[in-house]
Amino acid sequence: MLELHLLLLFMIVAAVVAVEIKDLLSSVIAVGAVGLGVSLSFLLLKAPDLAITQLVVEILCLIILIRATINKDLPLVKDGRWFFNTLSTLSFLAVFLLFAYFALKSLPVFGKPIMRIAEVYLKEGLAKTGAANLVAAIILDFRGYDTLGEATVLFTAVIGVMAVMRKVGRIRK
Amino acid sequence: MKETRQGMTIIVKTITRLTVGLIFLYGIYIVLHGHLTPGGGFAGGVIMALAFIHLMIAFGKETALKKLSQAKAAFLENLGALMFLSVAALGFSGGYFFYNFIKKGMPFHLLSAGIIPLCNIAICLKVGAGLFSIFVTLLILNNTGRKK
Repeated sequence: MLELHLLLLFMIVAAVVAVEIKDLLSSVIAVGAVGLGVSLSFLLLKAPDLAITQLVVEILCLIILIRATINKDLPLVKDGRWFFNTLSTLSFLAVFLLFAYFALKSLPVFGKPIMRIAEVYLKEGLAKTGAANLVAAIILDFRGYDTLGEATVLFTAVIGVMAVMRKVGRIRK
Repeated sequence: MKETRQGMTIIVKTITRLTVGLIFLYGIYIVLHGHLTPGGGFAGGVIMALAFIHLMIAFGKETALKKLSQAKAAFLENLGALMFLSVAALGFSGGYFFYNFIKKGMPFHLLSAGIIPLCNIAICLKVGAGLFSIFVTLLILNNTGRKK
């Protein structure tokens, strides 16, 4: 458990560095360090599927962000409307904490009915689907609808990027 | 891959020429063994997209777009989405949506688990082609913005 706590500490430090640092490229690198920490902690918690996915997606995001931010210095807007900004941040925080309080109260205690649904999957997964990798059996057989929704989200994201960044129909200045 | 003026230095180009095929092969392995070992359609698709992005960063835009043009990527993405939906809809032959209508086969063999390998291949096409086309779109806009 000590490694996990060290990783969490490293991730918190990297996240603070990513927010506070002035240089944009260094900030992107710090975000990548956070992602690497998440991937390593997945590996420590014995979820290799998630670790592989997190690692490759993190690399891809890092490449895209570096391509987007290199040779650019976007200024951070700090002055003006600080009263409105602080007020809206505080009110959103209050609303979030209020809803979280009511939502978390109705959740079961952490780890109390341990593995109630997962037990069924673990017992019957291999016999019902024939897949040796139980994660694949769950995401593509038992929970196929979830994967369909996830694929739809990605499809919508691609269409959105292509619509915003399109060449056709753009007014030339 | 011919020598082009674009892209990075000759060291990067040589290393890329040696590794890009291996990366692509590893992506195919991850996808096809998704129902046996950790991995699956999403991770394998991203690895395959990363192979093309690797090619594009090292050799420049034209070389990578010659291998996989934007129209081809869009076609592959739509093919993946339609394949996933049709595999799910073919489950109606056995009763309901996402029904595992192919025989299960022996566990721990490559040809097992019914529709799960087919779904993995469909998701890999969708994710890989989709992320590659997002990258190409962002890159092209970035270049036109810089010329102004």
